[in-house]
Amino acid sequence: MAIETLEHPVVKKERSENLLSKRRRKFVTDPLNDDNPITIQVLGICSALAITLKMEPTLVMSIAVLFVIVFSNLIISALRNLIPNRVRIIVQLAVIASLVTLVNEVLKAYYYDMYKVLSVYVGLIITNCIIMGRLEAFAMGNKAWDSILDGFGSGFGYAWIILAVAFFRELFGFGSLFGFEVFKAIGLESFPNNGLMVTPIGAFMILGIIIWIQRTKSGYVEH
Amino acid sequence: MRQSNAYIIVFSIITTIVLGGLLSVASVGLGPRQKIQVELDTKKSILGAVMEINKTDDVLAIYDQRIESLVVDINGNEVSEDASGKPLVAENVSIEKNYKLPAEERLYPVFLYKGTGADVEAYILPIYGNGLWDVIWGYVALDKDLSTIKGAVFDHKGETPGLGARISEAEVQSRFVGKEVYNDEGSLVSVNMLKGEGNSPESLDPHHVDGLAGATITARGVNNMLLNYLEYYQNYLKKISS
Repeated sequence: MAIETLEHPVVKKERSENLLSKRRRKFVTDPLNDDNPITIQVLGICSALAITLKMEPTLVMSIAVLFVIVFSNLIISALRNLIPNRVRIIVQLAVIASLVTLVNEVLKAYYYDMYKVLSVYVGLIITNCIIMGRLEAFAMGNKAWDSILDGFGSGFGYAWIILAVAFFRELFGFGSLFGFEVFKAIGLESFPNNGLMVTPIGAFMILGIIIWIQRTKSGYVEH
Repeated sequence: MRQSNAYIIVFSIITTIVLGGLLSVASVGLGPRQKIQVELDTKKSILGAVMEINKTDDVLAIYDQRIESLVVDINGNEVSEDASGKPLVAENVSIEKNYKLPAEERLYPVFLYKGTGADVEAYILPIYGNGLWDVIWGYVALDKDLSTIKGAVFDHKGETPGLGARISEAEVQSRFVGKEVYNDEGSLVSVNMLKGEGNSPESLDPHHVDGLAGATITARGVNNMLLNYLEYYQNYLKKISS
């Protein structure tokens, strides 16, 4: 088994490893910038475009994705030696789908307004490539604690990008942040709202600009 | 052993049972709470047609106090039992399901908004129809004279944000307030949104409101559903006005 041989040296090394050793901190910090799931791996774009219209739904979506990715990483990692190789993708999907359905039910029960706004996009977390990608590439071959950290890393990496996009879209599209009318508050009563920001095209442009700035700074080139 | 067919089958069955069981428990456990939320949402939009609702308001209490409901058929006769003989509750009548039936067979809920006294101050009627991408719906409140619009709320499933989706904004809905659905001769003309936005004030007579820039088809959908449902309720409205 490829997975078991891969894991073997890691187990020996980890005996006395600090819970937040340098190697482990990298699991969290890498996806935030150098290996960001959205801007570098270019995954999860559809939801990044669809739900970034305003800050509040975006925040709820970030939390939902974070919850799903951390717990599915944990569950798959804990079961990694039990999951039959031939049906592993189905098992991963079943776990993700169950967690997403759970999030959806809870939102419907306790946060109905947001449930209506996010509607199908919560369900579409199931097909979010970031989560599937982390399960297949990381959780299937690493221990539970490392997988949790990896989940947090990718979750936060996803969250800060979509929150940044939502920040600019709500600010320029509606003149507000979390529904608070910023431009009115600072005395710019007649600041015109930008209709482009309200459409998904606005999200594309902001995302493009973020990727541009990030890659200029890091010198990352796609091969 | 981990790759044998028997192991895979057993593993799959256990996974299914565990995950399925977990979701069933969650669904059953959260069910009552979700039902309340749906009810709250319906009542909030019914009340929204006649008054401002603040986040802190106790919607259910206000609703119980101010709203009385009944169900009528296309001829304006009150219906109190459904097909199986159970008493009908207007709030539970699904407009969406009834919309799929022919107009003659549908049930039409009416919500009576009462003032502090016992008098009916407004008649709130549900409306439902098609926008550009998907369905749109809402409630329109007619004043005591049964012609003046006291308020309207619209909502949508998938209209374009910033264009057609603006029908759910308070500013757009407030354009309907004070308009008349009957003309001077007493025939139903409804209230129509004009094409385009920023129309001259002269064109905004009692039967027309300013339209939505870039959302002509959604506006047309609003016009259609308003006219259609006012027609469906004609017999009932005639009955109570005589």
